[in-house]
Amino acid sequence: MLDFSKNYFELFELPVGFALDAKRLAEGYRTLQTATHPDRFAVAADHEKRWSLQASTQVNEAYRTLKDPLARAKYLLALHTGDPGTTSETSKDGAFLMEQMELRETLAEAQTSPNPQAAVARVLTQLAEQSVALDKELEGLFATPSPANLETAREVVRKLQFMDKCRRDAEALESAIDGRY
Amino acid sequence: MPLLQIAEPGQSAAPHRHRLAAGIDLGTTNSLVACVRGSVAETLADAQGRHLLPSVVRFSATAPPLVGHAARDTAAADPLNTIASAKRLIGRGLADVHRLGGHLPYCFVDTDSAVPRIRTAGGDLTPVEVSAEVLKTLARRAEDSLGGPLTGVVITVPAYFDDAQRQATKDAATLAGLKVLRLLSEPTAAAVAYGLDRRDTGDEEGVHAIYDLGGGTFDISILRLTRGVFEVLAAGGDSALGGDDLDRAVAHWVIEQAGIGADNDPGTLRRLMQVACAAKERLSQEPSAELQLDLPDGRHWSGTLDRATFNALIDPLIGRTLTACRRALRDARVSTADIDAVVLVGGSTRVPLVRERVAELFGRAPLGDIDPDRVVAIGAAIQADLLAGNRPGDDLLLLDVIPLSLGIETMGGLVEPLIPRNTTLPAARYQEFTTFKDGQTAMAIHVLQGERDLVADCRSLARFELRGIPPMIAGAARIRVTFEIDADGLLRVSAAEQTSGVSARVEVKPSYGLSDGEIESMLRASLEHAGEDLAARRLHEQRLDGERVREALRSALARDGEALLDTAERARIDQALARFEATLTSTEAGMIQYAIGALERTCAFYVERRMNRTIHAAMAGRRVVEFVHPEQSS
Repeated sequence: MLDFSKNYFELFELPVGFALDAKRLAEGYRTLQTATHPDRFAVAADHEKRWSLQASTQVNEAYRTLKDPLARAKYLLALHTGDPGTTSETSKDGAFLMEQMELRETLAEAQTSPNPQAAVARVLTQLAEQSVALDKELEGLFATPSPANLETAREVVRKLQFMDKCRRDAEALESAIDGRY
Repeated sequence: MPLLQIAEPGQSAAPHRHRLAAGIDLGTTNSLVACVRGSVAETLADAQGRHLLPSVVRFSATAPPLVGHAARDTAAADPLNTIASAKRLIGRGLADVHRLGGHLPYCFVDTDSAVPRIRTAGGDLTPVEVSAEVLKTLARRAEDSLGGPLTGVVITVPAYFDDAQRQATKDAATLAGLKVLRLLSEPTAAAVAYGLDRRDTGDEEGVHAIYDLGGGTFDISILRLTRGVFEVLAAGGDSALGGDDLDRAVAHWVIEQAGIGADNDPGTLRRLMQVACAAKERLSQEPSAELQLDLPDGRHWSGTLDRATFNALIDPLIGRTLTACRRALRDARVSTADIDAVVLVGGSTRVPLVRERVAELFGRAPLGDIDPDRVVAIGAAIQADLLAGNRPGDDLLLLDVIPLSLGIETMGGLVEPLIPRNTTLPAARYQEFTTFKDGQTAMAIHVLQGERDLVADCRSLARFELRGIPPMIAGAARIRVTFEIDADGLLRVSAAEQTSGVSARVEVKPSYGLSDGEIESMLRASLEHAGEDLAARRLHEQRLDGERVREALRSALARDGEALLDTAERARIDQALARFEATLTSTEAGMIQYAIGALERTCAFYVERRMNRTIHAAMAGRRVVEFVHPEQSS
């Protein structure tokens, strides 16, 4: 294997943190894929092909993780605490849960509303706005990864996970509605 | 470019031997082969100057199979032995075949194998073997006109082809004795032919629509290109609508005009379709076409079809393709305003009304100046040339995505998605499993492909049986199963028990594919047919492999052996190389294969160092360019 004991940030030569220079990430991805992709080894010996397959796969995985804010946040938690453990727990923030329930209700009602597209679009806009605020919060928390900050970050990630699920359901509903018209 | 031969950035590559490579468009109705000669990609013609090879094979008990025009033109005389739609069958199971059965005149044989066989005078044959004949014919054409053996080929497949169909296509190439450099999706190949992958869009992404009206099918694909990553945003179409339907519309008009009954004899019908097709082609150039037909009652009919009437006949059919386009745009979540280029593929896109209506829908003139019959093969040839290593310094990359999600069966007939669709390839995911019985040493994993939640609604790819799990109490074993998808979109599964480190043996039972044993015996049969000896061919191939490994290692050592290895390491590698050279003269293919493996293991650490250095150099080169960010340098 490559020296992929390096973490994903080191691989792309980026500082470890939630804030990320998307342009540098994309350029690093191109550079690394250009060096490792199996197409570069189309006429190489078998062991070199295997090697390239592993390296290129790893580069894809690293890029996918860093590019997506939620995946990046989980990865940072794992990196700092050795445990991404957020999947099974649910947020303990009552106000947040209340808000999410309302969004869910809006989605459920959207199907019978006179203008379902607009209703779903409203939900998606609200989710997007909330995500921006939470992302901002994560930037600050991961900039000083003290145990207390990491615990707070974990709670934020739980919220993001919740919202991500809601967003995916809203998008599925949106394409179902589009298909009907 | 082999790993051991990686050139340093900025340094010119070693003296280079041009490798012969070809692009093959393996189509449902017609196939083509193309190559880059000079710097131009062009399709290759047969001795009669014909570029299109009908994808038709006629088998007989006494002679080698007949491929192409000769097979197609005599199909009527020998319908059961003439196979014309292998692509519709490839990678499909018997149940699929029965669903398609209404249109297929062949006689299918029930066997133990997952793959349907067609009974012909030349034996019971799988669609893989039929396609292999088409590939062989095209490869021979390429080798004859290029004057040497092919290093490898790029074969195009529809964007929606699943793992089984891709694997079967690759199996056909293996059987034809061809090395596949890459399976490329057809719309991507068409985009490459127009250089859409090279358009300088800066940081912007490009969204392209590929409109492919083939003989019997219509496909629309919406692709997004972001810095060399091609994503299929949506693929749609109509598998029962094609250029033949345009001919049929004209034929109906003739029947009406000539006042003949619809129940004509096959000969008249065939002539009628030919006349209709010729009129369609003429109307692409001229405002009207003269039609002449000898009628069964001995009369002679002639008439004139003007473009306005023709357009009225075909307009409803084109309307159906546009409906599919709008659906694909909606699936892709893009509007026509987002589309940067529209590419036309398929002979029927020459029809002016098709171009007009497509331009109208997308609000821009479509790209059609490359022959739409050849554009896919040309794109494949450009990619083949690049992959064979004939364009040093060209660092274009075409990253593909998995077209359909991959998942595994869980409790209750549900599918748990593992690798979502549109994940960039190559990709890998692992999943941990445990045993549910004390001392359990085997387990089965069912892999499926599709977007639905129920096993019954997805396509079964394969059942993997893991054997050799060390016996432990129930729930103690932690078996990590890794699913790897390579750049061609093909799946490989491996498994290891984590606490003991023992790897489990994985046995694959492909749901719609050929097992390795079946391919091996087909290969043997085809070689015997050609009077070749399998053992001799294996030995020859292993020796070539061995020589390649030896040369690669030698040139690597000459370049940086001193910089990267200390004296003891160098001595160890030199010794291994000497042992290896002695084995190369062996007449046992297995010995050579073993020796290659042994040499590779000895040199693994060296190869790794070279790779890391290359990556480091690549990233360092980038840093120099980005000198404007001094705070980032390390």
